[in-house]
Amino acid sequence: MTHHIVVNGKPHEVTADEETPLLYVLRNECGLKGARYGCGLGMCGACTVIIDGKAVQSCDVTVAAVSGKQVTTIEGIGTEDWPHPLQRAFITEQAAQCGYCSSGIIMTAKALLDAKPSANDSEIRAALEKNLCRCGTHQRILRAIHRAVKEMGV
Amino acid sequence: MAQNDNSTRRKLPGSLETNRLLDKWLAIHRDGTVSMHPGKVEIGQGILTSLRQIVAEELDVSLDRVRLIAANTANGPDEGMTSGSRSVEESGIAFRYAAAEVRDLLLTRAGMRLGVSLEQLSVDDGVVSARSGGSVSYWDLADELELKREATGDAKPKPHTQHKIVGTAASRVDIPRKVLGAPSYVQDIDIIGMLHGRIVRPPSEGAQLIALDVNETKDMPGVAAVVHDGSFIGVVAEREEQAIRAARRLARAAQWKETAALPEFDPRYLLKREAKSEVVSEKSATVPDGGKTLEAEYTRPYIAHASLAPSCAIARFDDGKYTIATHSQGIFPLRGELSTVLGVAPENIVLTHAEGAGCYGHNAADDVALDAALLARAVPGRDVRVQWMREDEFAWEPYGSAMMAKTRATLGTDGNIVSFALDVWSHGHSSRPSGRNGVNLLAAWYLEKPQPRAPTGNPPLPGGGSHRNAIPIYEFPNQRITNHLVPKPPLRASALRGLGSQCNVFAIESFMDELAQMAGADPVEFRLRHLKDARATAVIEKVAKMAGWKTATKSDGTRGRGIGFARYKNAAGYMAMIAEVELAESVRVLRVWSAVDVGQAINPDGVINQIEGGIIQTVSWVLKEQVRYDRERVTTRTWDDYPILTFAEVPAVEVALINRPELPPVGAGEGTQGPVTAAIANAIYNAAGVRLRDLPFTRERLIAAMV
Repeated sequence: MTHHIVVNGKPHEVTADEETPLLYVLRNECGLKGARYGCGLGMCGACTVIIDGKAVQSCDVTVAAVSGKQVTTIEGIGTEDWPHPLQRAFITEQAAQCGYCSSGIIMTAKALLDAKPSANDSEIRAALEKNLCRCGTHQRILRAIHRAVKEMGV
Repeated sequence: MAQNDNSTRRKLPGSLETNRLLDKWLAIHRDGTVSMHPGKVEIGQGILTSLRQIVAEELDVSLDRVRLIAANTANGPDEGMTSGSRSVEESGIAFRYAAAEVRDLLLTRAGMRLGVSLEQLSVDDGVVSARSGGSVSYWDLADELELKREATGDAKPKPHTQHKIVGTAASRVDIPRKVLGAPSYVQDIDIIGMLHGRIVRPPSEGAQLIALDVNETKDMPGVAAVVHDGSFIGVVAEREEQAIRAARRLARAAQWKETAALPEFDPRYLLKREAKSEVVSEKSATVPDGGKTLEAEYTRPYIAHASLAPSCAIARFDDGKYTIATHSQGIFPLRGELSTVLGVAPENIVLTHAEGAGCYGHNAADDVALDAALLARAVPGRDVRVQWMREDEFAWEPYGSAMMAKTRATLGTDGNIVSFALDVWSHGHSSRPSGRNGVNLLAAWYLEKPQPRAPTGNPPLPGGGSHRNAIPIYEFPNQRITNHLVPKPPLRASALRGLGSQCNVFAIESFMDELAQMAGADPVEFRLRHLKDARATAVIEKVAKMAGWKTATKSDGTRGRGIGFARYKNAAGYMAMIAEVELAESVRVLRVWSAVDVGQAINPDGVINQIEGGIIQTVSWVLKEQVRYDRERVTTRTWDDYPILTFAEVPAVEVALINRPELPPVGAGEGTQGPVTAAIANAIYNAAGVRLRDLPFTRERLIAAMV
């Protein structure tokens, strides 16, 4: 069946069974590869997107459930020329090894900072509870998020 | 000795030895760029950035002129595996000499053009200028430069004192794309008309398919093919979610026969199995009388690589030829085994590397390439993308082997170690595809005509596998180190970051603390007095200083500090770590200080990133990780079954790099695992006076030790 969804401010008309996870629709119908499959069970956070202001695992929500809502993916928050402060901070801090977790973590952090621009270290760590990083880049990632907090506050 | 120059090929540096043509490595283009063609691959360790720095340095061009070409079997160099922290040593050295030689060739052409001798020339970002005036660029000379020639190895790379790009913290080439969410991984490849495949794996390794009804699955929406070959079954569908649904249906339609073939959960099962024992080091000075002897045993469980991205490949079968995109760490060895299984000549299989997530060793990257090829064969002319489900990645990847080490040492009356013995029991640490004695690709064992499984073995010493770092670096007058290799791992086992070094160094370095305690000595001082290697001493002294190490610091019963040290493979990087822990309901690692010497650091920030990651990942192994199984099946299937360290739990990490630009560069990806493990064990002892010798150090184990 056809679903009308709004991704990064643009309307999309997509065809998929209603129980199809949003993740596959974003990746294969909308061509947005930034949300990534890691577990399909909402446990690792690699597929995190923002839906109506909240960080959500896109593998764990159906396409039908997001109809009429605003979906934001990593591709919607910045570009090469105009990166989001979080993206810029990740580059400055070289906050990645393999980087597969990066987009999910940035989206979780963005949802947090949108709601709480001056989030402190323990709030940031708590928000990232469901985002796994296997390479052990956590400290760089935390430094990058703190840097973004500072820059966005200026 | 007389040499016949015509028949003796010169030994060339690094991977140039086996890939001798310069055009395999580098090309100079009229458009002002240089392309480089590494045979080593990016696995999140930043290697391509470092290799690019080396090329830019030796050619005297700016970094942004150097383009990286993805490793492929069609025209790239064969550099075997990207593993063992050998990429800088093998590929880096090859590029260093190849680029220096290409620079010489360019300067020779430029000298001819400008009519001056080489000494009159200087290069700035690819523009060659004569002192007397006049200039010509590399790009002007591109067409007349012939690189289809064998490297001589005669060109002299720059001395480190002239380095401007090597040794700097150049930004990683791949990070901007990744944080912008741009397609970056093999998982992100999308081709118009591409189909999606999924495999239905058996419930356990020894299971056999006894009945399968494919009819329902065949009729499901979007299903293009159901592949059934022996006990290998899979589906191909138009859409990814359709493939997943069809695979679930197919799984319900399959009946398997299983056997209870798995051992008990405790790694001590290794002792009950027949082993091939080999003494790998022996020193036989007479042990003086009157000493005190101590014994201990240490274990570690099976540990999963647990890549964040389940493995993926895209394959296409056309006119008897396969084209495959893969995140394999060894595209040439993989091609060899695919050729055997698929029954086509190697030249009819073209593999191109595309990045996957960090792998930390041999995961399912190679396996899924065969899966994709087998499915693609059923739908000729169509690209088929296969990604493993998380449950399959956990259940089927080859793990780091369970291990056990027993130590025994005698302390002389002077408080020094007079004899030391270590026995290690383990399965082999490598079952990577190699094309030798069988096939190491999962699906190949389940086909109607199965391929024999290649044995799991060890790389030889000095690097070693289960005996990696089993030989202490300390000076002991009497020593006996024995490796007990247990064949046929009941769970699939292969290379995991550090191989056997984690357990061996855990044992040696815990035991050093136990012996220091018996000698009434400070652990740092006790180590130093048994070491003669100045670089070893330097990292230990450095880390002690960083942590403000004080002799005989009494703990308050909850907080403690411990040290761990090793030189990786006894031949690569020196790593000294001090961990600080806090014991509450469970063990919490608060902070890790580390001092590291990897010779010349090509990219210091890259080295530090690898060390930080190695430390944090090891903290996760040590506190949390073990692959679970019962007598029939692996029961670790999701992140709930296999928790890893979370953001709330990561320690602060401080890394000091002792850079030695005058020494050869060695890898930094491995080597932290053993020292961190021991440092945590020693810190727990320092905090509470209890000695944990079985990994992981869970809450239950801590409580059991405390009562």
